[in-house]
Amino acid sequence: MTATRRATDTLIIAAVVLVVWKILHEIAGSTALPAPLATMAYLVHLVPTTRFTENAAATLQAFSLALLLAYGIGLAIGVWMGAHRLSGAVGEPILVVIYSLPKITLYPVVLLIFGLGISGKVAFGAMHGILPVALLTMGAIRAIPQVYLRAARTLHLSSWQTITTVLLPAALPEVFTGLRIGFTVTLLGVLLGEMFASKLGLGSMIMSDMSLAQSEDMVTVAIILFVFAAIANALLLWIEHRLHRRV
Amino acid sequence: MNAVARDIHAQLSAVTRIFPGAGNQPPVNALGPIDLDLRKGEFFAIVGPSGCGKSTFLEVLAGLQRPTAGTVTFEGKPVSGEVAEGIGVVFQEDASFPWLTVWDNAAFGLRRSGVADAEVRRRVDDALAFMGLKDFARAYPSQLSGGMRQRVCISRTLVLQPRLILLDEPFGALDAQTRLLMGDEVLRLWRSTGATVLLITHALDEAAMLADRVGAMSARPGRFIEIIDTGWPRERDSKIVAEPAFGEITGRLWDRLRGESLKALGHAGMTTTAAG
Amino acid sequence: MTRVGLIRLAVIVAMIGALELACQTGLIRHQTIIAPSEMATSLYALLASGAINADIERTLGIIVIVIAVSIALGFALGLVIHALPRLREALDPLFATYYAVPIFIFYPVLIAIFGLSPIPIVLIGVATAVVAMIIATLNGLDRVPRVLTKVARVHRLDAVTAAMTLQLPAAAPYLFTGVKLSVSYGFIAVIAAEFILSPAGLGRDIADAYSDFNNRRMYALILFLLIVATVVNTVLHALDVRWAERRSGGRT
Repeated sequence: MTATRRATDTLIIAAVVLVVWKILHEIAGSTALPAPLATMAYLVHLVPTTRFTENAAATLQAFSLALLLAYGIGLAIGVWMGAHRLSGAVGEPILVVIYSLPKITLYPVVLLIFGLGISGKVAFGAMHGILPVALLTMGAIRAIPQVYLRAARTLHLSSWQTITTVLLPAALPEVFTGLRIGFTVTLLGVLLGEMFASKLGLGSMIMSDMSLAQSEDMVTVAIILFVFAAIANALLLWIEHRLHRRV
Repeated sequence: MNAVARDIHAQLSAVTRIFPGAGNQPPVNALGPIDLDLRKGEFFAIVGPSGCGKSTFLEVLAGLQRPTAGTVTFEGKPVSGEVAEGIGVVFQEDASFPWLTVWDNAAFGLRRSGVADAEVRRRVDDALAFMGLKDFARAYPSQLSGGMRQRVCISRTLVLQPRLILLDEPFGALDAQTRLLMGDEVLRLWRSTGATVLLITHALDEAAMLADRVGAMSARPGRFIEIIDTGWPRERDSKIVAEPAFGEITGRLWDRLRGESLKALGHAGMTTTAAG
Repeated sequence: MTRVGLIRLAVIVAMIGALELACQTGLIRHQTIIAPSEMATSLYALLASGAINADIERTLGIIVIVIAVSIALGFALGLVIHALPRLREALDPLFATYYAVPIFIFYPVLIAIFGLSPIPIVLIGVATAVVAMIIATLNGLDRVPRVLTKVARVHRLDAVTAAMTLQLPAAAPYLFTGVKLSVSYGFIAVIAAEFILSPAGLGRDIADAYSDFNNRRMYALILFLLIVATVVNTVLHALDVRWAERRSGGRT
């Protein structure tokens, strides 16, 4: 499959999406779904407004904090459960079950504990992200071939050297996969939190747009989030492939 | 007596290794009692059926495991829970680090031992050239075949200039022809470094071809049934498989080990058919 | 039960016990979290009274529809896409990014188009779950060993028989993973949708109970949903693990 053929195929798919969008727009009317071109034009106008930048900054702030927490706590749990066999065996099914639960049901509890401010969103987002990071880090550490540890001893490495120069690089590719998935679900968690109970942030902006029938604004913000997530994921995926390539 | 004592590089006396049972399982008597004097500069091979304790022997000698009883000494000093300086180990599994290039893999242990950069470069280049990996210095192990990856591991051990080299079935995953060629490599390595080499293998022909002395190990718990002197000249290569003496040695080894191999199969839960 | 299983049970019991103790002693305020025992009794009372039966029917009903549609549609689309390699290559980047973007963010858009009815909920649920099924179907069909197709030809089987008797069983473990994911995603999407905005349903119930400061009702409902989701997911996971042995080629 040549590169040009693949590029044209992707363009065809994109064109199909735009056509379907236009058709839906014709059926639903512009108060429900704006036309593709109109949306693109609106996007250019929206982004520089303070209303957008303020909300985007709020989401970004909550998201960054949540991500830091998710990565920090997730990695710690993952390393512990990966290195300590018993804890891993006991804890893994518990984490797997929690991972598949509709965590939105716990959001009211989070709000009751953390209040309605930014901490609620951050906690909720972090809740989502901790799980894939922990589970994949644990898997990565377990998967380190035993022979590496023996080799490290025959090469007279200290414990610290073994951890930093052997275990860490060996586990890195799979750990990074956890970080990438954690990025996605943490973002989703923060947005869900904003959609339900927040005055500030892109998620709440979408909800207020809907109640005010500002469909152009709503669809545009959704697309911006969409593109942001897609680009970030593509970047992380590129890094991940480079890490995996050597293994 | 003293001259003989000076010639002894490593020694195991009444060494046994018993693994405690997991859960309700009874303890596993893996090895021993073993008595062995490794002579300086010799090439010693250990042959035995699967599971007889050969790898355990190697790890006890290297200091990777402590014996349950008995003493292990290397160059006159007791071997405790860590790998002594001067001992190099090449494992059965691929221990090359996939995130480092061949060159960085080979340099790995040496870099962390505080040797000067120029010396590191010299030794690594020499080792890679010796192992025929000079052209692959910038490649990653995942791009190489299994045999070449083992050569990377051997290079990593070589640069530390070990005086005792332990090889745990290093060619287990390779096809028969490659094994013979790798055998030649090991002999070349042995001659040029002057180190004492201990090779573990389950292949009789490999042991018979490579070693000065071959220890035939019984089924678990591993003990030496017999130690055969091959009497080969130092300058030897894989062509000696054509010698009549080679056939005699392998024949004698099989004679000793056939019964042990059957026992080992019995351990694995398979029943043996009545002897025909 | 294995030793590990016993330890796990002990850990869970200990955590619930600790929560119970903290609530009973007032360490945790009643306005924040109520004791697990109180959650349980409240749930029992709620179920016994039949007050939430309509909502249970509605929510679980929607979830079942979402799962059924996702599995059927996902499988069908997977078959089609697998048969058209060029289409598959073109859609590959879409599949790779699909779960990287917050699809759910389009739920309000769907409400704007279709109004406040079960339809946007079903649509967002299917949108979330269907791609997992498609990917699993593609994976499963990929993994059918080529030799099976040759066996089918040696036995002169027609296409449908070959599919039913050889390819489907061979792909089944992977298809089951798709089913498991569809169920999980379907649950999550529907409940999130009901919670954020919906005229009725268990999710909406929880949101209402929260704004009414009715903790007893809220926690009872949360407990109910968590139990249902846990039971369903655990059963599917256990089955998936059993099928996984087949996936690894029968060698553990």
